[in-house]
Amino acid sequence: MTRFTPPHEAVEPFRLLDTAGELLGETQMSAAEILESFEWMLLTRTFDEKATSLQRQGRFGTFSSVRGQEASVVGAASALDPARDWIAPQYRELPAILRHGMPLENFALYFMGHPGGCVIPDHVRILPIQISLAAQLPQAVGVAWGLQRQRTDGVVATFVGDGASSEGDFHESLNLAGVAKAPVVFFLQNNGWAISTPRAKQTAARTFADRAAGYGIHGAYVDGNDLLAVNAVMTEAVERARAGDGPTLIESLTWRAGAHNTADDPTKYVTAADHEAWAGTDPVERVEAYLRSTGSLDDDGYEAIRHRCADEVDRALGVAQSTPAATSGALFDHVYAEPFARFDAQREAWRQMQEV
Amino acid sequence: MAVKTMVESIRETLADEMARDGRVMVIGEDVGQLGGVFRATEGLQARFGADRVVDMPLAEGVIVGAGLGLAMSGMRPVVEIQFLGFGHQAFHQIGQQVARLRYRSAGRHSVPMVIRAPFGGGVRTPELHSDAFEAFYAHCPGLKVVAPSTAHDAKGLLNAALDTDDPVLYLEPLKGYRLQRDEVPEDRFTVPIGKAQVVREGTDVTIVAWSAAVQLALKAADELAADGISAHVLDLRSLVPLDVTGVADAVSATGRAVILHEAPLTGGFGAELAATIQQECFYDLLAPVHRITAPDTPYPLAGIEEAYVPDQARVVREVTALMEVAP
Ligand SMILES: Cc1ncc(C[n+]2csc(CCOP(=O)(O)OP(=O)(O)O)c2C)c(N)n1
Ligand SMILES: [Mg+2]
Repeated sequence: MTRFTPPHEAVEPFRLLDTAGELLGETQMSAAEILESFEWMLLTRTFDEKATSLQRQGRFGTFSSVRGQEASVVGAASALDPARDWIAPQYRELPAILRHGMPLENFALYFMGHPGGCVIPDHVRILPIQISLAAQLPQAVGVAWGLQRQRTDGVVATFVGDGASSEGDFHESLNLAGVAKAPVVFFLQNNGWAISTPRAKQTAARTFADRAAGYGIHGAYVDGNDLLAVNAVMTEAVERARAGDGPTLIESLTWRAGAHNTADDPTKYVTAADHEAWAGTDPVERVEAYLRSTGSLDDDGYEAIRHRCADEVDRALGVAQSTPAATSGALFDHVYAEPFARFDAQREAWRQMQEV
Repeated sequence: MAVKTMVESIRETLADEMARDGRVMVIGEDVGQLGGVFRATEGLQARFGADRVVDMPLAEGVIVGAGLGLAMSGMRPVVEIQFLGFGHQAFHQIGQQVARLRYRSAGRHSVPMVIRAPFGGGVRTPELHSDAFEAFYAHCPGLKVVAPSTAHDAKGLLNAALDTDDPVLYLEPLKGYRLQRDEVPEDRFTVPIGKAQVVREGTDVTIVAWSAAVQLALKAADELAADGISAHVLDLRSLVPLDVTGVADAVSATGRAVILHEAPLTGGFGAELAATIQQECFYDLLAPVHRITAPDTPYPLAGIEEAYVPDQARVVREVTALMEVAP
């Protein structure tokens, strides 16, 4: 008799902290590591608030805030070693690339439309922010494959949205990663939306994590608003990849608490009921409650962190805003390793044009 | 006649066509509930239902490929690519499949599909959103490529694109969406695909442009007129098929040709025009055919896009210089 795959039953994401910040199991993170992660989460939230207000004043470009996804991004990053691991980002992972060594002022310059924003310091192991959805994924597999060939023990972590995971590049990448046993972790942030398109319109699959089975790789489904759970799952996936045991797809179930970006009006499609369903799940508050209840954080400690975050954001935005405007020469920089006569002639023509 | 913006004209034409013809569907990313990121499809889902105005999974390849299948099945899909830059993700379907299905099936299958895509720069979009990649598509035999510059032509060309059994790439200027407003007749009409239009009469020099660059050419022509240079402006409207006679007549009328486009110089559609002009108008030319384009560099981050996209001062300067070239 024909045998069909059984219909799926509902699954719950892995969780270590409940919404009140109560620990449900064991965490491998030390208090110091959790505090450090908490600071990255607050830093990105501080930056998002500041940059959003600058954008409203016309002093910053269109950008996508991390709001609501801080635990997801920081939890994933906290399992990585910037000295050997790589990140292939999408665009909504600011604290991960900061922790990996990207200067905040460069990130700010990028969204101010300044070419200086494309600069990635030499020792920083990240690929450029990806705007063309899912295009980073094949590249992440390639970098991981190359690290494996060169017998380093580096791992590549690549971020992708629920929407972007519908692209062919996503499926082609998971497939190749499985075949090549590449040391790569696909970290899928399911934040409920791709601009206005809800998660249910991207896939009929029970979870995004279920797709892993189809590519013969490991899958995990985790509460993305739970820093400790995300760190635990990511740590295991990174260790497995490092040990040569292949790739993992992690679905981090989270919620985009703000607009898609500063040009978006979510009132056109997000309902009050949608927000209601996620009320009380703020990832920053959850870690804060945990840290306070375990005695790792008090009011003074919290204020000190807030001040450091505010100072760092002010410093970085100050540097970005005082960076001189780029000239037309920047159009021509870094286009070719070996420019040629016609190209050089255009550069000269554009230089003269800027003078008139 | 009412004055409309380009985006209003597109939206209302889509609505009229959906009301007129039950086979017309609109599919794309964020086209339904949101009404498109530029609101070009706003209100359509509420009026025609979620099964005719469909929010698709985020994958341009399957959006275009499924559109092709819908067209083969007897529907008349209007497919939206959110930004032409993301047409790359569907290029295998467009270049290999959509453009040649008729040929590959020896005429058995038609592809009455319209692919709409905003393109071009000047509105400070994020990276990779602003390129003018029309030349890639003009290089795909089997596909027609149109690029209206006014709200009027937006309606007429969209209707014509829906009427033809050939697949049409319908390019919408990001910059003109709300900036460009003009009179649009209420009743249905078509602008013939493959027919250019003289939008300003002049005697000294001919500027050939399409899409947002037409408005730029017209503004430059005003300024040139004040300097005593009379510019003739041709709005190409269709790239494929190219109105060879229209181009030749417009250039021969003045003897000087300036081609204006936003895309980089090398391999741009201006190259096709320049070759056509030299062939058709060789004995009428008083000066070399001149191209005003972006440089051969990637579209930059928004902070320096003004240095990249041709602007009015540059058009005026280069046209003036061309007038000084003596045969
Ligand atoms: C290939 C491609 N198609 C379309 C877009 C336009 N676009 C930008 S963001 C976005 C939604 C992405 O959703 P998701 O992957 O879930 O990431 P999120 O924004 O939710 O973090 C779309 C459609 C794009 N940038 N690239
Ligand atoms: Mg998403």
